[in-house]
Amino acid sequence: MKAYLGIDVGSVSTNIVTCGEDGAVITGLYLRTRGRPIEAIQKGLQETAESLPPGVEIAGVGTTGSGRYLAGVMVGADVVKNEITAHAVAASAQEPDVQTVLEIGGQDSKIIILRDGVVTDFAMNTVCAAGTGSFLDQQAARLNIPITRFGELALQSTATVRIAGRCTVFAESDMIHKQQMGHALPDIINGLCEALVRNYLNNVGKGKEILPPVFFQGGVAANTGIKAAFERALHMPVTVPEHHKIMGAIGAAILAAEEIKECRTTRFKGFQIAGLPYRTSSFECDGCPNACEIAEIYENDKVIGRWGARCPRWDVV
Amino acid sequence: MPKVTFPHVAESYRAFKMLLEDLGNEVILPPRPSMHTLDRGVQYAPEFACFPVKILLGTYLETCPQGVELIVTSGGVGPCRAGHYAQLHKKILRSLGYPIDIIVFEPPRLYPLDFLHNIQRLNPGRLSYRSVYECIKRAWRKLQALDDLEKLSHRVRPREITRGATTRTYRKVLEWIDRAYTWREIETAASSALHALHEVPQDPFRRILRVGIVGEIYVLLEPASNLEIEETLGHLGVEVERSMFLTGWTRDNTWAETSEGLTVKDAALPYLPELLGGHGRDSIGNTILYAKRGFDGVIQLAPFTCIPEIVARTILPRVSRDHNIPVLTFFLDEQTGKAGTATRLEAFVDLMRRKKSKQAGSDCNESLPWHRRGFGKYQYSNLR
Repeated sequence: MKAYLGIDVGSVSTNIVTCGEDGAVITGLYLRTRGRPIEAIQKGLQETAESLPPGVEIAGVGTTGSGRYLAGVMVGADVVKNEITAHAVAASAQEPDVQTVLEIGGQDSKIIILRDGVVTDFAMNTVCAAGTGSFLDQQAARLNIPITRFGELALQSTATVRIAGRCTVFAESDMIHKQQMGHALPDIINGLCEALVRNYLNNVGKGKEILPPVFFQGGVAANTGIKAAFERALHMPVTVPEHHKIMGAIGAAILAAEEIKECRTTRFKGFQIAGLPYRTSSFECDGCPNACEIAEIYENDKVIGRWGARCPRWDVV
Repeated sequence: MPKVTFPHVAESYRAFKMLLEDLGNEVILPPRPSMHTLDRGVQYAPEFACFPVKILLGTYLETCPQGVELIVTSGGVGPCRAGHYAQLHKKILRSLGYPIDIIVFEPPRLYPLDFLHNIQRLNPGRLSYRSVYECIKRAWRKLQALDDLEKLSHRVRPREITRGATTRTYRKVLEWIDRAYTWREIETAASSALHALHEVPQDPFRRILRVGIVGEIYVLLEPASNLEIEETLGHLGVEVERSMFLTGWTRDNTWAETSEGLTVKDAALPYLPELLGGHGRDSIGNTILYAKRGFDGVIQLAPFTCIPEIVARTILPRVSRDHNIPVLTFFLDEQTGKAGTATRLEAFVDLMRRKKSKQAGSDCNESLPWHRRGFGKYQYSNLR
């Protein structure tokens, strides 16, 4: 049986899925990147190889996420695609009528507007990461609550507590202020969820026509408190797809399947790369005043990829 | 000889250097803005100031230790903070112990006497007005040649067969123009440079997208400040047309407003009847003009905290809807990471590609999924 591998290397999580030719998920993995994407990719590939049913053959690989080029050269990707297209493809594969995709990840949040199954507009947070997963993680750690319980606590809220959502630094001091005044924790957490949604809609969603069906994807979609806050703010139901955490990777797998359809064989190097030694290094190019910071990745002491150059001088052929 | 410097705006320094040297000044060349420039600028500029101010201050801080006595820059038209930044730069540089003076060129049609006075201060050789005019004319011709060359590079790059060939040729022929001095030499260098760029092997059948670029003047003109967005787009198979070039802008603000400037104003009129400083109105007007000319999309470049562009940004979604043209805005700041920009540009290209093939109706790639249509293999996953 043929399967397609999708790898989404994000700031916070590295997700690896295998999908059948029909786009159905065979295996799905959500790992923390922990600042070490190479290790995360290798670990994920190893686990995927172990959990794959026998007789499954990888026919194509796609990568996405901010680490897509790194993952691409490591595994030998057939397609390397931005995460906006990947998320849109995954959502419309699951629900062809979807018109809005809200996605909140570790450090970025985006909104994708689709009409008749195609992307017509999108936006991504630009200079500020207020209201993304990293901040929620940080607050959960500060309150010593597992992030997985954040949403259910928010749903227990009975009173409104307003938290400033414009900037995470102010949001945190607002939360501390409210907690010292004696507000209940669920109310504060719910206030935070509403603040994040408010900020998202005013910032990323500014000027966008949000029409149903609305999909809510990304790691933060696991938070039922945020989902509920979105539904209250938008006055419409919001669907969190079953595989919401790994939609980017699913999109990459679907894109790989399409790429391979044109009678091509995959460039996938095989699962054995999980055991190969990889290392990275960086240096400052002295070729011109740009002083580009070049990063390179070695596989078995051979350079397989370089980034950061503004000219072709360091291209790997 | 007085030591003179000026801001770095793309390749224009080649013309300004020639002009200031002709008038009898010693020119300290501004370096291309780099990480180092930005570090210095950010250290001494007010935190809330916009990105161009920080880059310019950083540039001055790189040239001032070489003994600069005089900085030449331009002023601003309309209520934009940039108008008083020259004075701010002077204060900051003096407080850091550099005894510099700054000459600010304002539109001569508004302040003709100041203009002549400024020219005289930059004319230690005491050339006659006639000779000064001749020097300006030659420098202007060089500036035009540089702009023409850049415009052509935007058309050639998306069609190049060998990736990077356009940029390599462009770098090479810039030097020809740089070396040219007499009117005749400049003319010859300009035409052979254009010819050489035309000769870059291209694929005439490649289906390319056309994108207009609007926004604030400095981040538009200086590639080092906009993460080389035009080159990046070129490599994605996008032909770029920028709404502003130094020669065009100078003409509009020096003599009289050209008909072109007026058209932009007319186009923006239904949305924004006021001049709000900077280039906010131009951004709106040009977006409409690009839509009317059938462009596939518009990209707005703005420095973070730039009020005129923020106003334009809030109006552009309506322009985009009314004129059916996708618009993507980038706010530029200290961030030097290219990854975020690349992601958005790739997604924007996917979007425009699909829209184009949908409009074309019975597209030959109809069997392909939407994100694959409208293009050959070349542009696919082609970004570094």
